[in-house]
Formats: sequence, C-alpha cells, structure tokens
Amino acid sequence: MKISPEKQARLDAVHGIGREIAGVHAGDVDKNARFPKETIAALKEMKLLSALVPVDLGGMGMGMVELGSICTALGQYCSASAMVFAMHQIQVACLVRHGLASQTLRAYLVELAAQQRLIGSVTSEVGVGGDTRSSICAVERKDGRFILNKDATTISYGEYSDDLLVTCRRGPESPSSDQVMVLLRKGDFQLERTSVWDTLGMRGTCSPGFKLTSSGPEGQIVPGDYGAASSQTMVPFSHILWASLWMGIATDAVARTGSFVRTQARAKPGTVPPTALRLAELSNMLQVLRISTHDVAAECEELMSSPDGNEAMLEIGFSLKMNNVKIYSSEQAVAIIHTALLICGISGYKNDSKYSLGRHLRDAHSAALMVGNDRIYAKNASMLLVHKEP
Amino acid sequence: MNEKIRTILKEHGRLTVDANTIDDNADLYQAGMTSHSSVNVMLALEGGFDVEFPDRMLKRAVFESVAAIRAAIEELTAA
Repeated sequence: MKISPEKQARLDAVHGIGREIAGVHAGDVDKNARFPKETIAALKEMKLLSALVPVDLGGMGMGMVELGSICTALGQYCSASAMVFAMHQIQVACLVRHGLASQTLRAYLVELAAQQRLIGSVTSEVGVGGDTRSSICAVERKDGRFILNKDATTISYGEYSDDLLVTCRRGPESPSSDQVMVLLRKGDFQLERTSVWDTLGMRGTCSPGFKLTSSGPEGQIVPGDYGAASSQTMVPFSHILWASLWMGIATDAVARTGSFVRTQARAKPGTVPPTALRLAELSNMLQVLRISTHDVAAECEELMSSPDGNEAMLEIGFSLKMNNVKIYSSEQAVAIIHTALLICGISGYKNDSKYSLGRHLRDAHSAALMVGNDRIYAKNASMLLVHKEP
Repeated sequence: MNEKIRTILKEHGRLTVDANTIDDNADLYQAGMTSHSSVNVMLALEGGFDVEFPDRMLKRAVFESVAAIRAAIEELTAA
C-alpha cells in the first residue's frame, strides 16, 4: 500500500514516539496500572489529539485509514497508550461529524486543537452495563443550561481526561433508547470514584467507575440523536480503531516471534527449525487480519465523504459488517498471540525476556470484552433475520 | 393499511406510547422503538403484508414513522 510522503512522515514520527517513549514506559505503565502520561504528552506535542478536527478549525482533517495506521503503530509499543489515543479519537469523531451545527461545539473543537484537550468516554452505566444504546440517566434542560448526573461503571482514563463525552436519555420523559450525547468541560463536572482499576490487562487505561455530576450550557448537547451517530460514527470508529490497535499488539507479538525463530535458525544453518512452520502460519493470520481491517477502514473513509455514503451507514448491512470486523479482529489478535507464545515457549512466557508475550496476551484478552462479543453476535443474529445479502 | 401497521407496532414495537394514537409522522425511535424491536417490526411487516424488504430499505429512516413504513410497503406492493 502506497501512502503520501506527508502521511509516511507522520507515521514514522509515531513509530519514533513508540520506540523512544511508549515502548520504554510500557512495562511500568502495565505493572503499576498507571496512565501513560509520557506518550500522551508526546502525541499532544505532535498535535495528534486533533487529528480528526477539520483543517479550517485548526486540526489535521485526517481520514480513517491513516488514523487506523497510527493506532496500529502505537499498539506495537504500548497497548494502553494506543487505547487511550483511540478512545479519544472516537469522541472527537462524534463531535466533528455530528456537533458542527452547534456554535458552542465548533468553538470547542478550535480550542481542542489549540490546547490538545483529551476527551474521555462515558457510555457505560450501572444498571445497563455495556449496552451503549440504552441509558438510565437523562439530561435535564432549564434556562439555557443542563444538569446531568450518571453512575458510570467505567470512565476511560476518567481522572486524566480534560473533558468528557457522555451518553444519556434525551430528557426525563424519554425512553431508554432515545439518547443524546453531551460534552462536559473541565470545571462543569465532578467525579466521585466508585471502584478501582486493577485489571488483567489494559492496565494503563485507568478506567474505574465514577459517580458523575455535572451542569453546563445547553449548547454542549450534541444536536440530533445518538442512535444515528452511533451507527454512522461511534460504532465504525470504535470497531476500526480498536481492531487497528489490537492488530498492532499482534504485530509486535509476531515481530518478537520472528526474531526468536531467526535466532534458532542461525544456530543451525541448513535446517528449518520446526517453529518456522508455525511462524508461517502466524504470517498468514496477520496478513488476513490486516487486509480485513484495512478493507473496512477504506470503505468507511469513502462512505463518510458523501451524503449518500453517510446514509448507507445507517443500513443494517453496514452494521453487520462493522460488527463482524470487531468480532473477527478481537478473536484473531488473541489467536495470533497465543500461537506466538507456543513458538517462543518459556522465553515468551517469562516476563523478563525480550521475547516476553505476557503483556500482549493479557492486553489482547480485553478485546472480546469491550462490548462483549456475545452481545454483538446476538445483535447480528437478530439483524440476519431480515438482512438478505450473504 | 395504517391500522394494520399500528397493530404490528403495538405488538412488536415496544413503544412507550399507544401505537393506535401516535401521530403518523411521529418518530418511533423517540417513542421507544429500539434496533432490536425494529427487527421484530420488520419481520411482522414482511409476514403481515407478504413482502420482503430489500437490504437497501433496512435502515432507520424507512421505519422511523407510521407514514414512512406505509410508503415503504406501498413501494413494494405497487410493483
């Protein structure tokens, strides 16, 4: 795949951040479940927190394919950094694609680009769990202002976010599925932590539960309805950027494994080590994952560029495809790293070896859980009752 | 036709308001229909009117109101 010199330079710079910063701190971030502040600072320095903000508002106007490649690059060095970066971009995407009708939100995006503000996600809620298309809390409007309180099961990097994007019911009388998004700016909200973030993997994302209380100007309520924004933006950006970074984790596992196999081969030139056969299998698995992820990223980028395309993103067929890419990549990333572990053996199992794969495997196991694959399979099962084209 | 559509919405739409009296143009999603219940509405409409919605019609806008559903059924039965 050929990319422009400008994009290549950006990607090289991200790999530089990965090698010199994210990768250096990844072990400590994981061990101490601490926020990857050094990496996020470096990404801010590169102005990448406004990658998706249109150029005329001070951002880069980046597309899905390039953003996905950046997530893949970061995922090769520090999964938590890549996930924080991806989660932030998903929130920015919602504001850029659905908030520009609000002057308040337009002005906010200009500030976001200038100050490189980090947005956290508040979709989950006690009582509905991971069903992002259902809310209990509601935004209440009065005299040009709103009040919004939410008991969130997790808030992505909650204590480190400048601002938050929250899903809630449109109003106190609205049914649970009639939702809107609300931007909360620093100073608008208070967080009371309700749990700790001590997890198997993705430890540096620091995303415990919080009780959120907030109020702010009405202009920070994203226009339109979240149902459409979810199909056209939240889901495609989430599934593709997540898939991209999970692929990054798997890519580094394959790189470590390749290095392990080559070391074995150098010890006995003339014979192909048995592990090389499994490496060939890994190469095959990674290639298919790469093609699958890139294909939907490119399709999304094209659809998002036209009114007809955006309309097509509301079709059931598109939702099925987006869900399939998430399920496939989350399962495949784990399968790749598991196979890599079989090749590297005890060297991969040990935490103090250069072939260590423990962190990769633990981080990748989060993939099937963040929006549970069974929940997504169930949605697809329902949609396939009416969708016809195989 | 409206009456039949309303009966199907009452049975399968999971609306928080009365499907018999909801305005022809009122947004059904804002009235509580979810993506899951909309699939049940689609199935019941396909069965009830003996039609098959082609994939291009399987989207929110086509099922967002009684009037929109009627237009879709009319399009399919006119052929």
